[in-house]
Amino acid sequence: MHLERTHNHTWRKIKNALAVGIAFTSGIFVILPLGLVFFYLLINGAGSINWDFFTKLPAPVGAAGGGMVNAIVGSLELLALAGVIGIPIGVLGGVYLAEYGSARINALLRFLADVLNGVPSITWGVVVYGLVVLRFKGFSAYAGGLALALIMIPLILRTTEEVILLVPNGYREASLALGVSRWKTIVHIVMKTASKGIITGILLALARIGGETAPLLFTAFGNRFWNHSLSQPIAALPLQIFTYAISPYDDWHRQAWAGALVLVTGVFCVNILVRILTRGRGASVV
Amino acid sequence: MGVATAPAITRGEPPSAAAAMKPASRFGDKAFEWLTLAMALTVVVLVILIGWQLYDGSVLAIKKFGFHFLVTSTWDPVADQFGALPFIYGTLVSSLIALVIAVPLGIATAAYLTELAPLWIRQPLVSLIEMLAAIPSVILGLWGIFVMIPWLRDYPFPWLRRFFGWTPLFSGSIYGPCMLAGGIIIAVMILPIITSVSREILRSVPDLQREAAYGLGATRWEATRIAVLSYAKKGLFGAVILGLGRALGETMAVTMVIGNTPQIAASLFQPGYTLASVLANEFTEATTDLYLQALFEIGLVLFGITILVNLLAQLLLRTIAVKSATRAVQ
Repeated sequence: MHLERTHNHTWRKIKNALAVGIAFTSGIFVILPLGLVFFYLLINGAGSINWDFFTKLPAPVGAAGGGMVNAIVGSLELLALAGVIGIPIGVLGGVYLAEYGSARINALLRFLADVLNGVPSITWGVVVYGLVVLRFKGFSAYAGGLALALIMIPLILRTTEEVILLVPNGYREASLALGVSRWKTIVHIVMKTASKGIITGILLALARIGGETAPLLFTAFGNRFWNHSLSQPIAALPLQIFTYAISPYDDWHRQAWAGALVLVTGVFCVNILVRILTRGRGASVV
Repeated sequence: MGVATAPAITRGEPPSAAAAMKPASRFGDKAFEWLTLAMALTVVVLVILIGWQLYDGSVLAIKKFGFHFLVTSTWDPVADQFGALPFIYGTLVSSLIALVIAVPLGIATAAYLTELAPLWIRQPLVSLIEMLAAIPSVILGLWGIFVMIPWLRDYPFPWLRRFFGWTPLFSGSIYGPCMLAGGIIIAVMILPIITSVSREILRSVPDLQREAAYGLGATRWEATRIAVLSYAKKGLFGAVILGLGRALGETMAVTMVIGNTPQIAASLFQPGYTLASVLANEFTEATTDLYLQALFEIGLVLFGITILVNLLAQLLLRTIAVKSATRAVQ
């Protein structure tokens, strides 16, 4: 009996070590793609990044060199357009959920926002194609910006709501007790207190849509030249990477890697900035 | 939630003197409330807008093909014949492959992060997983085309065929881009969300559970299995369904590695096609009205499937505080 128990105990310890080992290995497998993608981006992309890449338009097929300046600027323009539409709607909607409304209606709105966050990004492209591109007879920067904005709205709405709920009630009461009106209290006291968190949510949403390709395929469409009017098709970095990646030309593949390295660097910089902004405040703020 | 008391303050009748002094700010209060309400209601508008636009864009195709659209497999734009079955099949199979890979890895990693890992490993590992979630789909696809597929074609695929070639799943010729490659890349895309949401769920398991197990002399793994994982079953299932929702809608990376051939083949080494991929590839090429309508209907089918899956996930996760996790990896 005693012997059996010792044996059993050893076996349980072995099983424990085995389980920890398997779980650890799983963790390695999960982050392995991150390391591999970053490694190959550096190997294949760094060589093609030079001054031309940031200053020149794409070279014609067959010609070496050229750059992606139009795509980089195009992406920034699309982000600006999306931000102008998406940020105010998302932030103010989040304010409503946190400050006003009945519990039941808010639960429904919250639920719908979460469902919207699960809608595939290509669906937004299809919807905006029907709404804007078909109606106004052409691909345009406006359509691309709108598609990205619609993705942003539920994201920003939920993060804003969460950080505003973290503002202690005493702040509101103190302000109201001093005779400050409700809306001024919300804007000047509550939103100001939560501003870091709100900005964090906005930055994360921008980083997310900055890498989106699918919703731009048939809205912004892409452009090998400068975009001179927002009602015309416009280039975007992720779109250009996609076009180059599936092309048969080695030169274009090299450019795709370089573009991908630039895009990932941008996205990671924003994420690191967010981490610095929220340092010491725990994950709940994000 | 603590804000619940705040509205009560202003909802009570304000002293009349104060009201008389500040008519402007009363108006401001109302205006601001209405403004924010209007913005919050955009989520309702958007849900209706998607459904209406997708239906409106595909109404002719729906009338012409009816239910056959979903169960026939001829996709021939030249002959105006459109059946979505190969795409539905490809979407489901690639997502299933992704789940088979990502669920055990994701849940094991989540258990490692909350229960088994040394404390100093946890935060860095979480940060790395969030960074993986931040990689744009198109970049993963680029890596898939030029790094993952050549490697899969040269090493794991021939090995799989040698040992499992007797099953239809791993038989036939190996091209490179195929259903299995598509499933693998989707697995990479959904690993972060499954891991983060599972981690959040395991963290919400009360410590009392663990203490009881340790009190009975359980080892770390036994406590994890008996007291934590089994307690969190429902939530973990929710995490898996949420991952499935993401998998079904994954577009760019899949489009770049799955081969884009509308066929239903038993072998996972054969190229496939998904609902999202056919939209990405053919939308701008639709030359006839009916073709465009059929693509809108594809969009409607994809939207319908993902909405149902997401509703299920939200219901399963409703009771559990996973807000911050989903935020971080969306």
